[in-house]
Amino acid sequence: MVVRVAMRDGNRRISSEMGTDVDIKKDRRRHLLSDTLSLSFSLIRHTMADQMSDDDESRQSPQSDLDFTSNKARNCIATGSVSGHPEFRLPYPDQVLENVLENVLHFLPSRRDRNAASLVCKSWYRVEALTRSELFIGNCYAVSPTRATSRFPRARALHLKGKPRFADFNLMPPDWGAHFNPWLLSFAKAFPWLEKVYLKRMSVTNDDLATMAESFSGFKDLVLVCCDGFGTSGLAIFVSKCRELRVLDLIESEVADDETDWISCFPECESQLESLIFDCVESPINFEALEKLVARSPSLKKLKLNRHVSIGQLYQLMVQAPQVTHLGTGSFSPLEVDMQDDQEPDYVTAFADCKSLVCLSGFREIVPDYLPAVYPICANLTSLNFSYANITAEQLKPIISNCHKLQVFWVLDSIRDEGLQAVAATCKELRELRVFPVDAREDSDGLVSEVGLQAISEDCRKLQSILYFCQRMTNAAVIAMSKNCPDLAVFRLCIMGRHRPDHVTGEPMDDGFGAIVKNCKKLTRLAVSGLLTDKAFEYIGRYGKLVSTLSVAFAGDSDMGLKYVLEGCPQLKKLEIRDSPFGDAALCSGLHHYYNMRFLWMSSCRVTRQGCQQIACAMARLVVEVIRSADEEDMDDCVETLYMYRSLVGPRNDAPKIVTIL
Amino acid sequence: MEVGLKMGFEETELRLGLPGGGEGGEVVRKRGFSETVDLKLNLSSSKQDTSGMDPNDEKVTGLNKEKNLLLSATDPAKPPAKAQVVGWPPVRSFRKNILATAIRKSGSDESSGEKVAFVKVSMDGAPYLRKVDLRMYTSYHQLSDALAKMFSYFTIGNCGSQGLKDFMNESKLMDLLNGSDYVPTYEDKDGDWMLVGDVPWEMFVESCKRLRIMKGTEAIGLAPKAVEKCKKMS
Repeated sequence: MVVRVAMRDGNRRISSEMGTDVDIKKDRRRHLLSDTLSLSFSLIRHTMADQMSDDDESRQSPQSDLDFTSNKARNCIATGSVSGHPEFRLPYPDQVLENVLENVLHFLPSRRDRNAASLVCKSWYRVEALTRSELFIGNCYAVSPTRATSRFPRARALHLKGKPRFADFNLMPPDWGAHFNPWLLSFAKAFPWLEKVYLKRMSVTNDDLATMAESFSGFKDLVLVCCDGFGTSGLAIFVSKCRELRVLDLIESEVADDETDWISCFPECESQLESLIFDCVESPINFEALEKLVARSPSLKKLKLNRHVSIGQLYQLMVQAPQVTHLGTGSFSPLEVDMQDDQEPDYVTAFADCKSLVCLSGFREIVPDYLPAVYPICANLTSLNFSYANITAEQLKPIISNCHKLQVFWVLDSIRDEGLQAVAATCKELRELRVFPVDAREDSDGLVSEVGLQAISEDCRKLQSILYFCQRMTNAAVIAMSKNCPDLAVFRLCIMGRHRPDHVTGEPMDDGFGAIVKNCKKLTRLAVSGLLTDKAFEYIGRYGKLVSTLSVAFAGDSDMGLKYVLEGCPQLKKLEIRDSPFGDAALCSGLHHYYNMRFLWMSSCRVTRQGCQQIACAMARLVVEVIRSADEEDMDDCVETLYMYRSLVGPRNDAPKIVTIL
Repeated sequence: MEVGLKMGFEETELRLGLPGGGEGGEVVRKRGFSETVDLKLNLSSSKQDTSGMDPNDEKVTGLNKEKNLLLSATDPAKPPAKAQVVGWPPVRSFRKNILATAIRKSGSDESSGEKVAFVKVSMDGAPYLRKVDLRMYTSYHQLSDALAKMFSYFTIGNCGSQGLKDFMNESKLMDLLNGSDYVPTYEDKDGDWMLVGDVPWEMFVESCKRLRIMKGTEAIGLAPKAVEKCKKMS
């Protein structure tokens, strides 16, 4: 839809020839774009009108320029990149306009808004590119580093994602790729002023850490989520050289134990550290050095310790840093405690003194006798993570009954349905709930069931996100949740036993998930499980209009299932499927949509090599990777794993032998 | 305990039928490639029993290539009743490993009735106390090793393994106590101070309230009790 945007200066209407044609995308960006346009145009003074007449865009053939823009908009990839960057043949048309735009666009932090703004015209594209400070790249193989650095010359922060989520569950060979190194080298050259790097599911080496520390003198924030490939020796070099470090967050990453005391490598002077998160580091740390580090970090707000820190040591740290807002308690057990005298430290007072504490986690090897220590801060907590604490409902109740403000709660199913009922009774503000299994096996005893889910749905009406592992579930409870929790945006139910039906009626779980997509109008992320027929997918295709992430496992009857989804869900961006009977016909039904998606994953399905080849030939900008399984040759035509994603770069050259790119 | 371990492994290797329950011991080692073939046979037979309604089983050819290779360490708390499909349930191995540790810890504690048995340990001349959880150990030998690590200048007679046994030996005991070595003593439920090593391990764990490592010369007063007990036992 092409819209003519006219400019007004006060009451004076500028000639309509000076307007701009904009191809507005059909989705909700429309209102954002118009807001942006009106905001910036209202700032333009009448000198603009004169200046604009000199602008090459309006003088030359505006139609062709804008056709160029609008054609590209249709094929545009959500990361906002358009092929070929603007040519600077002619002199800079209007310094004032650009400055104004720059100032205005500075207030646009959201990358989706920025992507929309960059499509307005070349001038906007240029200015937006100059003012974008944080680069978000959802798939490290979708664009090349040089393309990113040349389009956005003033970037200060990089947010980069690598492997797809199923890599977390050992479904991908460990050397598959997602190496940080090429990005690092490119950025080191282009952006010596880079301050922040956020990586998720990337492979980072010790050398990379060293290079980062050497190349970016003012480096401030490093966040590594689900990364691997490095160890404590890399950390040691990194922290010793980054003198301005504010944030070092290692979250659910694998850190090799190189037996290096990295905590001691922080510079001796006063530190700017605001956040130090290392609860995933499996190796012991030098506690004395840590204590000194905390003592000289007055700005420290987030501290998450690993399981080698005892509760006695925790006490000493809390006394040094009562200003913390986010605390990960480490082991929460007293195994290696040193005591000056006969008495235990006063843990209760230590917690009570942390008046700003809102987020509590850790409890890696909990001795429940010490739980009462946290009573003083329960009333302030907005986030509580007990997902490593094997506690009972009885042990939970005294704590949770005081957590009136709790919004995020992660817990083990050891608390059972009774524990969940206690949560429901108090936590009326709950937005996010995750219930993990103590015993994550298919045939384990289910400790939570539909009873717990029902209780939560009845009392936690503001729930937005749920992840629930169980062994038994009913359609009725899921339907109830769909009606009770209208704000649900994320619904992930994992019935651990494969193909399990409703345990009361014996029916498939189709109706339950159908109700979720139908009643939860804000649903963007869905993970299904249990016995599901094609009917469930028909519901998803029909009602799941906002669904952008879908996870499917051991579900469906035929190709129709996948077809429903690919044809019915216009917002689908990430689709991960395993062990479901979907084949080539279904795969081909998504050709119209694959450029709009970040990726499609299908493992142990019925897709054949020929089917994948067809897709690869039909779509030039799609990289189609076929991954063989480790231990066998292809017995038949079926591919073990298909992973395909849109890309401006084409096939990568760092794939291991086990990966074939079609 | 070791015998049970071996048996469990062998059964896994040779068994073609249903996996039985009640294997003793822990299968701690990872499964290699060669074992996956055997385990596959296990899985297809056992799957039919447990999963009941599975209409897809007959139709699918390429579907049932279930890989049984666990890439992360197996749960050492109890041997799995059937082998698992890779990556299912979708819990990150990082989280599984942590939980396995927690289960093992709480599992072994439950068997002895009480979860933990912390006692204070003081040593004459040392500036601070330590605390140990007696449930962490299964023998005097382990305890003495741990104590030795904690108090590095602490020695039990000759070498660790023989040291405590020597207490049972009358003459050696007198030699030790006459020397300037340290000896471990404990206060029991009745408030009596006894020499460590007098009673069977389990009884010791139940009755020990406090440990004190005192100088050999001071412990002489305790020796007769121990010697008497020794005489009674032999």
